[in-house]
Amino acid sequence: MMASRFALLAFLALLAGCKREEREARLAPPIAEAQGAVLVMPNGISGRPHDVIAAQGDAFRNNAYQLSQGKRLFEWFNCQGCHADGGGASGPALMNGWWRYGPDPVSIFLSIRDGRPNGMPPYRDKLTTEQIWQLTGYLQTLGASTASLASTSRNDAMHSRPAENRAPAQAGHTTRPSP
Amino acid sequence: MNTARLPHLFLLLPLAGCSGWQSALDPRGSTAEELHGLFWLFTITCTAVWGAVLLVLAAALWRRRHPAGISEAQQARSERRSGVAIGAAVAATVVIITGLTFASYLATRGIAEEHPEALTIRVRGYQWWWEVLYADSAPHRAFLTANELHLPVGRPVRLELATADVIHSFWVPNLAGKQDMIPGRENVLVFTPREPGTYRAQCAEFCGIQHAHMALRIVVEAPADFERWREAQIAEAAPPMTPEEEAGRQVMESKACGACHTVRGTAAAGTLGPDLTHVGGRQTIAAGMLPTTRGSLAAWIADPQTVKPGNNMPMVPLTAEELQAVSAYLARLR
Ligand code: HEC
Repeated sequence: MMASRFALLAFLALLAGCKREEREARLAPPIAEAQGAVLVMPNGISGRPHDVIAAQGDAFRNNAYQLSQGKRLFEWFNCQGCHADGGGASGPALMNGWWRYGPDPVSIFLSIRDGRPNGMPPYRDKLTTEQIWQLTGYLQTLGASTASLASTSRNDAMHSRPAENRAPAQAGHTTRPSP
Repeated sequence: MNTARLPHLFLLLPLAGCSGWQSALDPRGSTAEELHGLFWLFTITCTAVWGAVLLVLAAALWRRRHPAGISEAQQARSERRSGVAIGAAVAATVVIITGLTFASYLATRGIAEEHPEALTIRVRGYQWWWEVLYADSAPHRAFLTANELHLPVGRPVRLELATADVIHSFWVPNLAGKQDMIPGRENVLVFTPREPGTYRAQCAEFCGIQHAHMALRIVVEAPADFERWREAQIAEAAPPMTPEEEAGRQVMESKACGACHTVRGTAAAGTLGPDLTHVGGRQTIAAGMLPTTRGSLAAWIADPQTVKPGNNMPMVPLTAEELQAVSAYLARLR
């Protein structure tokens, strides 16, 4: 009797493995629009994302599919051209934990969408709001100092920096860079 | 009708796949003909061997056993006879396998053969569409297109197969066998289309969520028709004719469209998605998803993730007017 109950419990526990990460390929247009409605401080730095982001469980930070899309966009839209592999070139490094315009997601979102005065071009007309959030989520994992359960896949080629699924991502980059 | 016959009719159903525009059993190209011959050689030989084995098995089961006490001389004779039979079977196996190996060597020999007059085309697999580059020694005569190959009948074609992301496989059953497209290398496939017609190719290596919707059309046509098509493709995009089409061109250039797509002759110069310079002239959009019409273009642009979930084109927010205009413009780009 006892044994069969135990077996049943074990079976139920196995079922938990059936849960699969959601891949939301199609965002309802009103949600996509709301995602662009960020509240910004007057100086264009830091602010508050729209509530839909939290209502969706912060998918851009916690969902491996969303992060992977961000990683692809980083390559496809040639962010490397100026930021290298996140390590910085003519543009600043994005993985050392130092952000010229602050570390919060809204600042990063705004840097990408509207551009920044010292040479960061705006991507407003090239990317959709959802894509800009995907990039934002991905950039946040680059500079994260704590591990996260969700991560993109590794590169096929050799990594020039710690792979995204290693934690903490910014190990060895903790001193402030000279400006 | 007798219901007991029904299952037999179902057995006949798969035969319907033996001909048509995507069938290896209906060869219309050099390599496909070789493979077709090979297929039947293997099928007939193996069927004959199988039949012979069954016959021998039946004979062995059928034969009466020797009565218990046979003489030593009889026993020696029967052992000699079974030795001969086994020897013959082994020899036949060696001959048949060697023969089939040689036949398949002969049939596949031409897959990467060089022909000086061959037409060279680079096909690159993307998740989930095909980029097609018609190379030319004069750079301004090279052009990009997508999801549709045009080939002149009777002229050898050399396909250089590559991929931009994961492993894909190029397979147009009526014309040639499968050839994989592998990251970091280029595979070559050479064949000669023998009969005009439209054939369907399909990615034959699972490559992600929309693998099943990664189709390619191959139009084999008379050399004169091919040259006409080629000249039209080399030309820049047709200019907009109406104010609506002009507005469509502006949408193409100023919205996110132009960040990923090129329309030669306009400011849209992205390289991430298919080249749209002559998209209105292609038979289908989105790698065989929909026939090309103004309506299907509008449906696709309005909501690509419902038509082909998971594909890499985002839903770009457009007003109804912008959507009307851009689909009118694209339908014009023949
Ligand atoms: C033409 C070169 C260039 C390209 C391409 C470029 N950036 Fe930048 N980016 C810069 C420069 C320069 C800055 C610094 C701007 C400043 O300090 O005002 C910057 C700043 C940023 C910042 C703010 C960093 C901080 O420290 O606050 C982010 C985020 C960013 N870029 C993301 C991206 C992403 C994502 C892409 C690709 C979609 C991209 N950049 C493409 C040049 C570029």
